[in-house]
Amino acid sequence: MSNTEKQKDPLFGPRDMKLLKTPFSKENPIIVQVLGICSALAVTVKLQPAVVMAISVTVVVMMSNLIISLMRNTIPPRIRIIVQLVVVSFLVIIVDQVLKAFAYDVSKQLSVYVGLIITNCIVMGRLEAFAMSNKPWPSVLDGLGNGLGYGIILIIVGFVRELFGSGTLWDERIMPEGYIPNGLMVMPAMALILLGIIIWIHRGRNKELQENE
Amino acid sequence: MEALNIFIKSIFIDNMIFAFFLGMCSYLAISKTVKTSMGLGLAVTFVLVITVPVNYLIDKYLLQAGALSWISESFANVDLSFLSFIIFIAVVAGIVQLVEMFVERYSPSLYAQLGIFLPLIAVNCAILGCSLFMQKRDYSNVGEVFSFALGSGIGWLLAIIGIAAIRERLKYSNIPPALKGLGIAFIITGLMAMAFQAFSGIKL
Repeated sequence: MSNTEKQKDPLFGPRDMKLLKTPFSKENPIIVQVLGICSALAVTVKLQPAVVMAISVTVVVMMSNLIISLMRNTIPPRIRIIVQLVVVSFLVIIVDQVLKAFAYDVSKQLSVYVGLIITNCIVMGRLEAFAMSNKPWPSVLDGLGNGLGYGIILIIVGFVRELFGSGTLWDERIMPEGYIPNGLMVMPAMALILLGIIIWIHRGRNKELQENE
Repeated sequence: MEALNIFIKSIFIDNMIFAFFLGMCSYLAISKTVKTSMGLGLAVTFVLVITVPVNYLIDKYLLQAGALSWISESFANVDLSFLSFIIFIAVVAGIVQLVEMFVERYSPSLYAQLGIFLPLIAVNCAILGCSLFMQKRDYSNVGEVFSFALGSGIGWLLAIIGIAAIRERLKYSNIPPALKGLGIAFIITGLMAMAFQAFSGIKL
């Protein structure tokens, strides 16, 4: 970004595309950066809450990245965590009230996990790592990319757990009549193991991410 | 008696990690050795038993529907519960700061152990999650809330020490390269969660 004085950045350049794309695989917030796992596992018993949660987190990450990025030069470094927390909790309260008003059933299923978006490490992590040192527009794209990267894992886990755990998808019956639902899939333990398997497959294909300990 | 039941229930049956996945981020990041995970577990328990009862009192006397009626009858219809997220997180962040200063002043040895973990705890989902569960579950007095917080903290401590002890041993085992580190930690946590599922048959 050194030669920006002369030529104006295009609205959506290759650099912006990269911001959107890397969080899907190479820098996925859940399976590579290990952020925001708490909510990722708890809301994935069914597909519908998983999708709603993914959208909520994406909105919160995008908006908080935008707000913090606009304020980044005026926030005193010593109290930045508190400022970030206030901005994020304000956004989460709005999301919570909107969900209660327009999707009450899903909001009941998500229970405390909507509130826990405040302490979701993805939000704080992106604010600290990106929005505090970048312009508003790239920050919005970064938030969108990370929110979607988080969402894709939620949807995969939610899809598998609902399909095999209840034999349904989006509350519609998919499996044939004789299918006996696998009770283990809806238990917390299976969410952890599924995520472990996703990491295994992903790292098997991306050798550079493997750990050597 | 009720308080004792809640205590045991929140350690084993409603374990923070294995049943609700709260505080997973720090659980996975800081469970490489038993010593540091002990420090983090103690810090979490310590902060939980202070913040959750405080949040309970705030919820009961300020935020719930009709909670303000102790000031004047005209406030009986006021419902501030939509503010609970922001108030709870402010209380948690404030108390963590206070606890940090207090421990630094009066117990330098404890500070040396917990010190680096305390600021991290403000954004640990286990702390806020515990307060939000407390709000959902309608406990009847501070004693029950205290035993819920203590039990949850001890359950979290138990889980993180368990995984740290297993991960220390894992160094000597032959794991597929793609599964090393994070992958195997998830699968082991899953197996531990299955073991803890056995407690769910207990009726208290």
